Amino acid sequence: MAIVTCSKKACTINPLKMSQPIGGSFAFLGLRGAMPLLHGSQGCTSFGLTLFVRHFKEAVPLQTTAMSEVSTVLGGYENVEQAILNIYKRVKPEIIGINSTGVTETKGDDVEAFIRLIRQNHPDLENVPLVYVSTPDFKDAFQDGWEKTVARLVEVLVDPVDPAAPRDSSRVNVLPGCHLTPGDLDELRTIFEDFGLRPSFLPDISGSLDGHIPEEFTPTTMGGIGVDEIASMGQAAWTIAIGAQMRRAAEAMQAKTGTPFRLFERLCGLVPNDEFMTFLSVVGGKPVPTKYRRQRGQLADAMLDAHFHIGGRKLAIGAEPDLLFDISSMLYEMGAKVTAAVTTTASPVLERVKAQEVVIGDLEDLEELAKTRDCNLLISHSHGRQAAARLDIPFYRAGFPMFDRLGAGHQMSVSYRGTRELIFDLANLIIADREANHQPTPATWQITGAGLHVVPPQLN
Amino acid sequence: MTSLSATIQDAFNEAACAKNANKSEAARKKGCTKQLQPGGVAGGCAFDGAKIALQPFTDVAHLVHGPIACEGNSWDNRGSASSGPDLWRRSFTTDMHEIDVVFGGEKRLYKAIKEIIDKYDPPAIFVYQTCVPAMIGDDINAVCKFAAARFGRSVIPVNSPGFVGSKNLGNKLAGEALLEYVIGTQEPDRTTPYDINLIGEYNLSGELWQIKPLLDEIGIRILSCISGDGKYREVACSHRARVAMMVCSKAMINVARKMRERYGIPFFEGSFYGIQDTSEALRKIALMLIERGAPPQLLERTEAAVAREEAKAFAAIERFKTRFAGKKVLLVTGGVKSWSVVAALQEAGLEIVGTSVKKSTSEDKERIQKLMGHDAHMIEDLTPREMYKMLKEAKADIMLSGGKSQFVALKAAMPWLDINQERCHAYMGYVGIVKLMEEIDKALYNPIWDQLRTPAPWDNAEGNWQAKALAQVHVSATGGAPSSVGAEKAPHAKRTRSRKTVELSIIEDCVPAHGSTAVDTMAQDTNASAASKRASENKMPAQPVSALQAAE
Repeated sequence: MAIVTCSKKACTINPLKMSQPIGGSFAFLGLRGAMPLLHGSQGCTSFGLTLFVRHFKEAVPLQTTAMSEVSTVLGGYENVEQAILNIYKRVKPEIIGINSTGVTETKGDDVEAFIRLIRQNHPDLENVPLVYVSTPDFKDAFQDGWEKTVARLVEVLVDPVDPAAPRDSSRVNVLPGCHLTPGDLDELRTIFEDFGLRPSFLPDISGSLDGHIPEEFTPTTMGGIGVDEIASMGQAAWTIAIGAQMRRAAEAMQAKTGTPFRLFERLCGLVPNDEFMTFLSVVGGKPVPTKYRRQRGQLADAMLDAHFHIGGRKLAIGAEPDLLFDISSMLYEMGAKVTAAVTTTASPVLERVKAQEVVIGDLEDLEELAKTRDCNLLISHSHGRQAAARLDIPFYRAGFPMFDRLGAGHQMSVSYRGTRELIFDLANLIIADREANHQPTPATWQITGAGLHVVPPQLN
Repeated sequence: MTSLSATIQDAFNEAACAKNANKSEAARKKGCTKQLQPGGVAGGCAFDGAKIALQPFTDVAHLVHGPIACEGNSWDNRGSASSGPDLWRRSFTTDMHEIDVVFGGEKRLYKAIKEIIDKYDPPAIFVYQTCVPAMIGDDINAVCKFAAARFGRSVIPVNSPGFVGSKNLGNKLAGEALLEYVIGTQEPDRTTPYDINLIGEYNLSGELWQIKPLLDEIGIRILSCISGDGKYREVACSHRARVAMMVCSKAMINVARKMRERYGIPFFEGSFYGIQDTSEALRKIALMLIERGAPPQLLERTEAAVAREEAKAFAAIERFKTRFAGKKVLLVTGGVKSWSVVAALQEAGLEIVGTSVKKSTSEDKERIQKLMGHDAHMIEDLTPREMYKMLKEAKADIMLSGGKSQFVALKAAMPWLDINQERCHAYMGYVGIVKLMEEIDKALYNPIWDQLRTPAPWDNAEGNWQAKALAQVHVSATGGAPSSVGAEKAPHAKRTRSRKTVELSIIEDCVPAHGSTAVDTMAQDTNASAASKRASENKMPAQPVSALQAAE
């Protein structure tokens, strides 16, 4: 049971957190033919855009209402209207997803009212869904922006269903948290299909941000889930939410369509995947395929091989709540000690992190804790690289953004297979560090004043 | 103390800017920022520009006063290099919360300044204003002044909230902050007749260090570089330089001009990209220093170094000339960089089929015209779609641009090279240009392009021959049943023709792509088994087989 504390500093140093509007835009990026739009100054969009491009190494559609000082003060109706009309004219999107930012929330623009007015004045926009989510920069974090946006997508775009009508027993809705990668979603899709289930992922960044080569130049997202498919999600037999952040969207789905849901807070590790497989087997009405029985064995074997290296490691981890909970729990189950944990925003899973304390803070907090508590494995997104260099301990990049290594979109943590790969990657990192930095020398066990220098065993 | 709007007006009214000088009084008043189009393409904001301009100062703390978006989404994203301090790479922000928006963020800002001084003890703190605190009326000038007095430390307000304009305006506002609070506030330990300032050089990928050894050898001292690998004390002393070079960018022209007016430091605009431009710049520095009293031997030393390095660089580039012959480049970059890079590329024998002149002045354009001749294709504004089309139709062999448009080229399976701020190689001076050529060569001749331009085997089958062949078969089937000899002839001939036009080329493509040799695998690869069987049944001339043999 971890105690959740907040950093008391006035100055955030080396932020772990990113802003909530781009978390919202990220969710819109998982829709087909989408154009996410940030209602704010052009910098709000430009920074987010650069971040996505550096992470995915993909062209990313993201637009701005380009608020100037004057329009910010006078209100942004004209800018929102013009932006929507321009996007509609230029790129013919299937959906425009709008998130507010700090600057327009400080003014208090009522964007829902703007949209109603725009719809009145421009009946030709009738067929373009305009989904708006309020996401001020000065509250919450990236993960919250995703959470709110997906819930809003469900509320706005899913058609209500007749509760008496039979459900499509082979169809399932999957609501993935923002901590899953396109690679994770691809893996999950295969698993669902192997159980004879047809999954609809909302959002589906595996379609849009998986690094494919398009035939034609498209200014909107390519791939991702279509608006039509979202509309019919109410017919599915089950909703499967992955990550505690998705509870809100799953509940919205249930409230609107009566679809029951099952929340999997974790899909990294042996036990969570056993539960997942059992559930799919029941829902799909099929025994677990041989392939996954074998993969379970492979994971078990990987755990045997790697526990020598991971066991006893003192982990310092900085990540958004769901990713933090998932990876730190898996490593705890491999014998690591979650010694320093820092996150970005409040979440019900934090108190269940297997650490003494979880700090809602920044990477300076994490670095300080890692230093004073003598951690020897650091996990965070790429911004942890400076801390890792100063601490001189093995550093594994996980989460968003990962801009200084390739393949961020394909790094997996879900399923038996994804867990196995993650365990191997981490163990190899530790082995390489030992080879490079911790080789014994004749001086290692030198006699000091009081005979052999004995390090007391650490049993905490 | 001037107001922000007055500072902006002043920045727009730049006397030394050629583009501005050509404008009417009314147009000048309007400023040079284009009216931003909501829903149009997005560039950086004024805060972004200010941060870019000042962040390369390595020993100061850069504190961003605003909600998390401004700093949390953007920090540690530039490739400037430092020869020592790493404080600049740490990120400091007040991370304003709702409560600060309601009650004001000034106290939080003050506390943040105190925390930074307690923890890191930097010589100075730059405090950046952003949109939200600007809206709610946080007076960062007052907070900085108070904190500076209280802690006896330079605390410099950079008043450049994002919504006042573009990145370029932000560069200038950053310059204004330097002029108002930093430059001329300290005195150097010693001065020499060889002291220069470099203005607008950010030491990206450490490229300043490709030039510095030459300056050292010639005996020219960089008193201050604004702002690449710069230190606070150096900028504070920069008013004692004899000459300034504005490096390859008008972004900080206001700094250069005002330093000339206030301290009598003459400046020129030059570039270290390309062999000749580098030589010219070095000569110009030497000549201007001599004019200001440096001994004339300086020019001799400069000429000697230039001659030596030019010879080496030209010799190094020579080997690329045959490989670059006939290769065409599309250059998409901003402003002054266009002509500067054009000259460099031509030195190695590359042909430039187009260059963007969106941000260039008429002076720049003239220069490009002169360099590229009348065929010069100057592109005002190229949409990604047009860029894609241009590359897809192979009007260029390689595109050089900034990071944002890279995927337009790469996804069209076209070589691309980053020449803007995110690049990971240094391209300055005599060594840099050779590196640039090496990178272009590597990109052009990488074996991936041929592989990637070959469609997947199934695409080939679906898109081309199979669909067409099926259509042909369909036509011949409706042409009549093969009951009599005479009736059989017509479809026969038709099929023969169809094989020639469609299948042959596909089969030929297939050979190098898959290395298939046996007829069976060939049939599999091209999905042509049905057609081949039909061919043998009908005893048609074995043309595909001979083509196959030829290909083998």
